[in-house]
Amino acid sequence: MKPAPFAYHRPRSLAEALDMLADLGEEAKVLAGGQSLVPLMSMRLASPAHLVDLNQVPGLATVDVGAEGVRVGALARHSQVEHDTASYDALPLLRQALRQVAHPTIRNRGTTVGSLVHGDPAAEMPAVLMLLDGSVTLNDVNGTRDVAATAFFKGPMETDLRPGELAVGASFRRPPPGSGSAFVEVSRRHGDYAMCGVGALVTASEGALSAARVCLVGVGTRPVLLDLAPALGDGVVDDEASAALVDAAIDPETDIHATADYRRHLAHVLVRRALAEARTAAEARAA
Amino acid sequence: MTLFGERVPRVEDARLVTGEGRFLDDLGQDALEAAFVRSPHAHARIVDIDVTDALDVEGLVAIYTHEDLEGRAAEPLPLLIPHPTLTHGRTPYALAKDEVNHVGEAVVMVVAGDRYAAEDVCDRIRVDYHLLPPVVGIEASRGGGRLVHDDVPGNVAAVMVQETGDADAAVDAAPRSLELDLAIERSASTPLEGKGVVARWDADDRSLLVHTSTQTSTSVRQAIAAKLELPVDRVEVVTPDVGGGFGVKIVHPWPEEVLVPWAARRLGRPVKWTEDRREHFVSSAHERGQLHHVRVGYDDGGRLLGLSVRFWHDNGAYTPYGLIVPIITSTQLLGPYKVGAYRVEFTSLYTNTVMVTPYRGAGRPQGCFVMERVMDAIAADLHLDRTVVRERNFIQADEMPYDQGLVFQDGRPLIYDSGDFPATMARLKDLVGWDDFPAFRDRARAEGRRVGIGLACYVEGTGVGPYEGGHIRVETDGTVVVSTGLTSQGQGHQTMLAQIVADELGVPFERIRVTTGDTRRFKYAVGTFASRTAVMSGSAVALTARLVREKALGIAAQALEADPGDLEIVDGHVRVKGAGGGTVSQVDLGAVAVLANPLRYAFDEAAGRATQFAAPADPDVAPVGPGEAPGLEATGYYSPTRSTFANGMHAVVVETDPDTAEVRILRYCVVHDCGTIINPMVVEGQIHGGVAQGVGGALYERIEYDSDGQLLNASFMDFLMPYATEVPTVEIDHLVTPSPLNPLGVKGAGEAGVIPGSAAIAAAIEDAEGITLTRMPISPSELFHLRKERLVEPVETTEGHT
Ligand SMILES: Cc1cc2nc3c(=O)[nH]c(=O)nc-3n(C[C@H](O)[C@H](O)[C@H](O)COP(=O)(O)OP(=O)(O)OC[C@H]3O[C@@H](n4cnc5c(N)ncnc54)[C@H](O)[C@@H]3O)c2cc1C
Repeated sequence: MKPAPFAYHRPRSLAEALDMLADLGEEAKVLAGGQSLVPLMSMRLASPAHLVDLNQVPGLATVDVGAEGVRVGALARHSQVEHDTASYDALPLLRQALRQVAHPTIRNRGTTVGSLVHGDPAAEMPAVLMLLDGSVTLNDVNGTRDVAATAFFKGPMETDLRPGELAVGASFRRPPPGSGSAFVEVSRRHGDYAMCGVGALVTASEGALSAARVCLVGVGTRPVLLDLAPALGDGVVDDEASAALVDAAIDPETDIHATADYRRHLAHVLVRRALAEARTAAEARAA
Repeated sequence: MTLFGERVPRVEDARLVTGEGRFLDDLGQDALEAAFVRSPHAHARIVDIDVTDALDVEGLVAIYTHEDLEGRAAEPLPLLIPHPTLTHGRTPYALAKDEVNHVGEAVVMVVAGDRYAAEDVCDRIRVDYHLLPPVVGIEASRGGGRLVHDDVPGNVAAVMVQETGDADAAVDAAPRSLELDLAIERSASTPLEGKGVVARWDADDRSLLVHTSTQTSTSVRQAIAAKLELPVDRVEVVTPDVGGGFGVKIVHPWPEEVLVPWAARRLGRPVKWTEDRREHFVSSAHERGQLHHVRVGYDDGGRLLGLSVRFWHDNGAYTPYGLIVPIITSTQLLGPYKVGAYRVEFTSLYTNTVMVTPYRGAGRPQGCFVMERVMDAIAADLHLDRTVVRERNFIQADEMPYDQGLVFQDGRPLIYDSGDFPATMARLKDLVGWDDFPAFRDRARAEGRRVGIGLACYVEGTGVGPYEGGHIRVETDGTVVVSTGLTSQGQGHQTMLAQIVADELGVPFERIRVTTGDTRRFKYAVGTFASRTAVMSGSAVALTARLVREKALGIAAQALEADPGDLEIVDGHVRVKGAGGGTVSQVDLGAVAVLANPLRYAFDEAAGRATQFAAPADPDVAPVGPGEAPGLEATGYYSPTRSTFANGMHAVVVETDPDTAEVRILRYCVVHDCGTIINPMVVEGQIHGGVAQGVGGALYERIEYDSDGQLLNASFMDFLMPYATEVPTVEIDHLVTPSPLNPLGVKGAGEAGVIPGSAAIAAAIEDAEGITLTRMPISPSELFHLRKERLVEPVETTEGHT
């Protein structure tokens, strides 16, 4: 379990990093927190010829809260985002989800943007980005582009990032006033990737829901975003109608930890739980 | 004050928790490093090995295949524990010859400047295989349609029967009877530190110094000498700090323990190999996989009349450790019970998977699972409280010693030396609040929660022979150096042995230094396994300390002009009993050590006192008398007639999530009897670790092979060792029934915690769910499917006490 030979680069500025990535193209991988990439390299499941280490690039370890929402820089660690009070006040879902990402030691190094780019279909933060209408900002030597979450995640470990590009940050948008959120999941052990996880975002006024969306992880090749508007009547989500929507949207697989049937069952249970918690949160925020 | 029985803090800890430990990979920074090309196939013939592409990798030193091995190194590895019923024992070659029998079997050894380069070389070596049909799992193996080894018909390594009375007739004649099929799946020891070896060949001295992460350095030494055809006195084996063994490191010599020293001698340079996690999963050893068919007969009160058990043991591809695991299952299955007539028959089967050797508990978790499931099934059948059925079958305290009429794993009769099972049960019921549980269940139910309680009892043969020894020397500065040959893997042996010596010799604990597992210090030993260190080395060291004490008293008696019988040793000083601490009437042990070694040369100040002109001596008495030896030191051994039997009972309260089928342990209670306790903190630490592994075995850990023999979870990401967050707080009570078999009255405690885990947790889940569990481990996904199969609502339980 030692990586194959690779060249290591440590750019000192964003421009230098982008130049390197342009030069090296497909041969290069960006190293952020290393919590996913290093184990893959050690097991020789990934053998990039070049590593471009972001960690000495200044100005990327940022968490900015504005009127639009929260913007997270490429070197903001999961734990920095998790513990940022202003972010929590603006978007409680960030912390609700981050607490379930791995363990504190891993969150101290792993980056939120890295987790988005890595694109694991069981990861929590891609679901959060989807629910919060977020986007990822990608730079290369020629300029910058913003890719909406819905277009960014393409398949298991597959995103819209192109060779030569660096994800410099991600933006999570504030939901409308009266919103509440929750993230619930079932994993085999505390901190493991979930067998199924559900984030929920609802809007409520005086006890009645006016909008409800969920995003499910671990039950498809990418996070499954679902607007439950069709199941919403009289300010409540109709469980049966929502279950039918969930069933149609997910495509879980069997692996050594859980059968597809069990994952499907979890999806239904967790959607109900997440909606209930999100609704309680919305009411608490309104109060 | 005596230290025996005290919660003395572990002397090991400060060093280990501050990073001062020296584990195998910390050693040999100057050594070349080895890596292996391992078989990617479960069963195949090796057609060709092509190294052409690998030759230009920078740092390559050597590539070896089986053809390079010579003499005894080229022969199969030893069958360590032969048994007359092991008619078809098979062991691997250090490097595969012609055929591979499991994924991970070593085919090519590469030595390079470092491990990185060695793995680059491995990547470029091409091995062509002709695939053979793999045999995976007990069902596939016992069909015998496909063979693992061509010359082993039916894949059967051994069939063994033990019986007392005519069990099948007893079952047939019994008023009531049951048949059950029960299974435990594969798991593994998974120490956090894998194996590892560093070898240095000294060309001038023509000798080998080998460091290896083992549970038996003395036997590795003999094995290396034999394999490399070296005189034994040219080989020394040292065990550094070991990050866990749990059984897998008692097996020896591992291929790497032969190959690394072999390469070091051949290359004339130090060579090192550190096993990585993936290698450990696919090339070390596993355990636990067994299927059992049980027939039991009993009367209307639940008293057993006959028990007939047939089981199939998956021994993997090879059997270097013989039949120890299934023999232990067959004998220890009986637990604390009188079962009436008993018959047990096992078949040990080859499969194309990693071989099976003892993992902490070693066959007992399976036996306990079988017996305790039977007890619960009888209780359910008769609507009796589960504790009542057990109590009706217990061996009573006044029946000790109790002969179960079988032969144990040490080849000696299975005779329980002591124990008070009804008392253990009474304490467990108190500790967990067994009688109050129905009220708790009702309250939980009212809140929509599902809870259940289960228990399991076991008896564990510990402290197996044949012997261990100790050497104790008092240095001239009063330091006491203790050495025993068996090894330590973090249990706290240094602390425990020092406590014994402090008391026996009358020296301060701080003056004692303990070494284990270093053949340069102690050559005769067996090893650390079967919960034997406290019993074996503890007793040996106690007996040795008594010899040193006697010698010290004799020498001090002359110096103090007193009778040895009037002397005592207190706080490192020999003094006249009751004389208090005056300097005239006492002499410190360091001074006694000086006097014990009559000298010619005053190499230091202390030594001067023992030289020939230092003090008047009787000219007619030899300085070292006949039958005496210089130095204040002694060597002693302890060898018991048979094993001592510890016991215990666990009770578990679980909550199952009605929606997600997740299982949470609310309480885990242990009553434990390991005879006299040397250090309760060390014993409790052993129980905590054991319970953690028991919880792992019941709810998380499972070795998953697919039908091609590929291991699907060869990493800690997918082999789910429980984290601290999954392990419950363990509540412990001790009962002490001393063993009559050894001078300390102790029994082993190392494995106990793990044994009843699956049995007790299965019982608790069953109680919560009203679903019968017949195989462990169980995951939430599996529980979900069992619920679906049941298709009915949970059955209300009908405990006798409700
Ligand atoms: C034991 C363990 C448990 C875990 N459990 C979870 C879990 O439950 N949920 C979860 O979501 N995650 C989990 N993770 C993963 C963790 O969250 C990672 O930190 C995260 O997936 C990747 O972040 P990183 O900064 O470590 O990225 P790296 O490992 O450095 O990189 C990951 C990938 O993203 C690319 N990359 C990273 N940053 C950029 C960038 N700015 N621009 C372009 N490409 C980039 C890299 O090239 C690489 O391909 C776990 C990890 C471990 C070790």
